[in-house]
Amino acid sequence: MTMPFYVSPEQQMKDRADYARKGIGRGRSVVAVQYADGIVLVAENQSRALHKISEIYDRIAFAAVGRYNEFENLRIAGVRLADLRGYSYDRRDVTGRGLANAYAQTLGTIFSSAAEKPYEVEIFVTEVGEVAEEDQIYRLTYDGSVADEHRFAVMGGSADQAVAHLEQHYIDAMNRDQSVALAVAALAAEGDDTEPRELDASNIEAAVLDRTRSRPRKFTRLSDAAVSQALEAGEPPAAGE
Amino acid sequence: MSRMAASSSPGRLPEPFLANGSASFSEFLAWQAPELLPGSRTPPLGDASNLARHGTTIVAATYADGVLMAGDRRATMGNIIAQRDIEKVFPADEYSCVGIAGSAGPAIEIVRLFQAELEHYEKIEGTTLSLDGKANRLTTLIRGNLAMAMQGLAVVPLFAGYDLESSQGRIFSYDVTGGRYEEQAFHSVGSGSLFARGSLKKLYRDALTEQECTTALVQALYDAADDDSATGGPDLTRRIFPVVTAVTADGFRRIPDEEIATLVDAVVAARMDRPDGPAAPLT
Repeated sequence: MTMPFYVSPEQQMKDRADYARKGIGRGRSVVAVQYADGIVLVAENQSRALHKISEIYDRIAFAAVGRYNEFENLRIAGVRLADLRGYSYDRRDVTGRGLANAYAQTLGTIFSSAAEKPYEVEIFVTEVGEVAEEDQIYRLTYDGSVADEHRFAVMGGSADQAVAHLEQHYIDAMNRDQSVALAVAALAAEGDDTEPRELDASNIEAAVLDRTRSRPRKFTRLSDAAVSQALEAGEPPAAGE
Repeated sequence: MSRMAASSSPGRLPEPFLANGSASFSEFLAWQAPELLPGSRTPPLGDASNLARHGTTIVAATYADGVLMAGDRRATMGNIIAQRDIEKVFPADEYSCVGIAGSAGPAIEIVRLFQAELEHYEKIEGTTLSLDGKANRLTTLIRGNLAMAMQGLAVVPLFAGYDLESSQGRIFSYDVTGGRYEEQAFHSVGSGSLFARGSLKKLYRDALTEQECTTALVQALYDAADDDSATGGPDLTRRIFPVVTAVTADGFRRIPDEEIATLVDAVVAARMDRPDGPAAPLT
């Protein structure tokens, strides 16, 4: 006869967190960097069709790492929520904070529900404001906790190396090309080797929320050509110190 | 709004948000918040046509670079001019526009839903609908308004866009049942449309430039206002002029009011000599 073992709630949560972290750790990171006119989002992505970075609403973008089907589900939910809010109220009433809250509640409920497996995802919800001080980067983890990040943020497997690189090299009010080049350099810094990896524009997915764009929708994907150009022109600025 | 409230209160997003489903916003609305759909109300029996504002004449014509659409600025309620500066031509997305005639309230609601529908599809699927796909989506939305149309609150849109596949401007008209008809060269809807269309028949020719085509549309609206009391002519004292929009390979663009003002002034000046407008050759 088998007897169910007693597992303490602490242990249960820890097991679930370990499970989620393991799934997330397998993928490559995504970097968000604030620059003079908004926020750039950069990911290493071999696929042309499956995006890690996408548009949610006029001023709001979404990026994710982890299990594709799970974060794609969350992305679609976000687009539905934003479009529903914008349609039933007004376009200005759709905020990144509201969306981050909805995601946090959803991820938190799933994480602590015994009937479901935790989502193996981490997501960014970023919103570009009228001025740089109003820009928002929310980072949400698999258990529904939210962090409000400033200047830059990294999520994914070996985020520590990318964070270290950004801490050393980030400066305020970069131009777009510089910030893309910096984000790519941060992604290249991760890995087991001490040497940075070579990253080609075709392996990079990049998009910006650009407050200077004349249309209401501020999200633009950067083509391979635009990324290559940024990598050539936007020599990352010299170390901050 | 009960279910809307549920979605904004603490707790996870309700099931429809996370469900695997279509890329259609109106289908999502029907599931999650059906009370927000324009066609969801059944108004009490009776004629409601004089209770709400009515928009009047919309004209559209294709030209070398794409398609132009223009609308007068009047809204009426029975014999009253309810508004002098209403706008009845809207961008539907980056490569199309929609003009509305008929009952203004439901029409504007349908346009908002149509805009949300196109943008929603684009974001979910990561690609835009074909021009025919967009025209068909509008059919579905108009069909939902049939019950209201039967009680005098008809919505009659005119849809035009730039077809990126065939590199040309195209125009689609609709009836209240949602019937969708592709129009060649030019078309007009609304109370003054008979006069506007007659006018365009004489003025339109192939390969007009953008300026010539705009002039033809302004002339057509002038003729509509001349003979239809519900269509507003150019308001010279208040400087209120028709809304004219262009959709070309570069996307949607509203022609600036100053350009229209110059054009209208020229048209009106010429009508001082010949009130009926330019004469077409007899043979």
